[in-house]
Amino acid sequence: MAGSTGSKAASGRDKIKSYNKYGYLFLIPFAVVFVIFQLIPLVQTIYYSFFENYRSGLKMIGPNFIGLENYKTLFQSGDFLIYFKNTMIMWVLGFVPQILVSLLLAAWFTDVSLRLKGQRFFKTVIYLPNLIMASAFSMLFFTLFGDIGPINSILVSLGLISGPYKFMSHVWSVRGLVALMNFLMWFGNTTILLMAGMMGIDKSLFEAAEVDGATSGQIFRKVTLPLLKPIFIYVLITSLIGGLQMFDVPQILTNGSGDPNRTSMTLVMYLNKHLFSKNYGMAGALSVILLIITGILSLIVFRATMKDED
Amino acid sequence: MNKKYKNTVGPRRAAAYIVLIILTFFCLIWFYVLFINTTQSNSALKYGFTAVPGNYLFKNMYNLFHGPTPVLQGMLNSFIIAALSAVLCTYFSTMTAYAIHAYSFKGKKAIFTFILAIMMIPTQVTALGFIRLMNTMRLNDSFIPLIIPSIAAPITFFYMKQYMDSNLPGSLIEAARIDGAGEFRIFNSIVIPLMKPAIAVQGIFTFVASWNNYFIPNLILSDKMKKTLPIMIAELRGSDWKTFDMGQVYAMITFAIFPVIIVYLILSKYIIGGVTAGGVKE
Repeated sequence: MAGSTGSKAASGRDKIKSYNKYGYLFLIPFAVVFVIFQLIPLVQTIYYSFFENYRSGLKMIGPNFIGLENYKTLFQSGDFLIYFKNTMIMWVLGFVPQILVSLLLAAWFTDVSLRLKGQRFFKTVIYLPNLIMASAFSMLFFTLFGDIGPINSILVSLGLISGPYKFMSHVWSVRGLVALMNFLMWFGNTTILLMAGMMGIDKSLFEAAEVDGATSGQIFRKVTLPLLKPIFIYVLITSLIGGLQMFDVPQILTNGSGDPNRTSMTLVMYLNKHLFSKNYGMAGALSVILLIITGILSLIVFRATMKDED
Repeated sequence: MNKKYKNTVGPRRAAAYIVLIILTFFCLIWFYVLFINTTQSNSALKYGFTAVPGNYLFKNMYNLFHGPTPVLQGMLNSFIIAALSAVLCTYFSTMTAYAIHAYSFKGKKAIFTFILAIMMIPTQVTALGFIRLMNTMRLNDSFIPLIIPSIAAPITFFYMKQYMDSNLPGSLIEAARIDGAGEFRIFNSIVIPLMKPAIAVQGIFTFVASWNNYFIPNLILSDKMKKTLPIMIAELRGSDWKTFDMGQVYAMITFAIFPVIIVYLILSKYIIGGVTAGGVKE
């Protein structure tokens, strides 16, 4: 510290140089923690993916180097593709309504001519599910949609169904519930992101379109949507990356089984299973593939937002 | 203004309100049913759903606290981990952002790009190496692996960096240097107070993310008295819940969800404002 206060005799340039070494100093905590808790684990994960290393009964097998054998098993058993498909189906089912509703809401909230009242109230409400503990939220859905739960009791008493519907035993009701929860948890967030994008658009463009006689629908399609493309790509890809990590909701809803018949088992649920059964080789291979997919998707985001900067 | 355009405002406004009210209903109904059911006795719950609250709220809460799951300990564990994560994450992310913002040194640009590049790596893909390393370091069943990693948080760093770009004038730092303040003092007594709004927003987000986190804590913690709330909820789902007092099950979900709802309602203004300022250029 003595160096930074400096003697008056030191030239300005030396002073700046001595300040700048603090740049490195202030980076140390981040660097140390990153290396220990992220970089080493990442390298180890990749390393383990090339080894035969699993638990059989009470004995640990390996680690024995087997090259790409784990990757082969992962694809040949077909499990990876099944779980990838499940993950994507549940993501799409949630994302499509999410982006449509969010676009509509963002357009309404930013439309000055509508003068919507209670905007703060509505924004507060639609963002609320995002902060709820996902595991508790899906436990709640599990009890609400249970065979003797309140939803069935309401539907029966309204005369909509004759007997309780077994939500947890049908493929599309389980996937639908997962998608519904993802939709509820994320559409508020997406709305707020899209709103920020829409408010960033030059107001004079709207006025010019209005003067030219464009309807609000035309303005939305021809002016708002094209200008929203970068933020749209950001929302799409980050949601896809989040979707690939889908875990808490289907894990708790189905108690980790992915039932019925593994149709709601996601990739990370599969990873979690391997980690718990100490099947490290396979867990490593699965992690590396997830990393590669995420990396490619991130690169697209990076490109899209960087173009925006220019 | 075009006449045709003006005429559509009324119906469009009506449509907007209808859709918003429907969405509000779908966002809140679950929590309403949860609250109602937490106030019912187990026998009343078996009978079916009623729209009016019962008088079993305190009885259910009492049973929950005296039940086999140490929920109060779970909440305390969750709170300690989330609060320490929030403090460390915001303080050190501000420090990292300040290093990039206020100083010029060799490799600065490369470091900045690198931190942005690792932003998207999900914790799940490093989980295998992470839990094995924690086992080797004998840190399994400890809170340290759940707290310390928050020091290196690229997303918080990026938010802080952006906030500094528009809210931290270089002249202020210069003035402090001329007054003879050391670099650490400048950071702690000038930069940190100026960053308070950003620290508050990111502190809330880090707290909530940690509070809700299930994947990693579930792999690290196995001692019953060290488990966090999400793990306890998952265990409740895994146990033979059909034999349970359902009033208690609802009470436990309420216990996990409502503290966050209450805090959110108090702080919602800052939270919603903070959503956008993160990753996206406005």
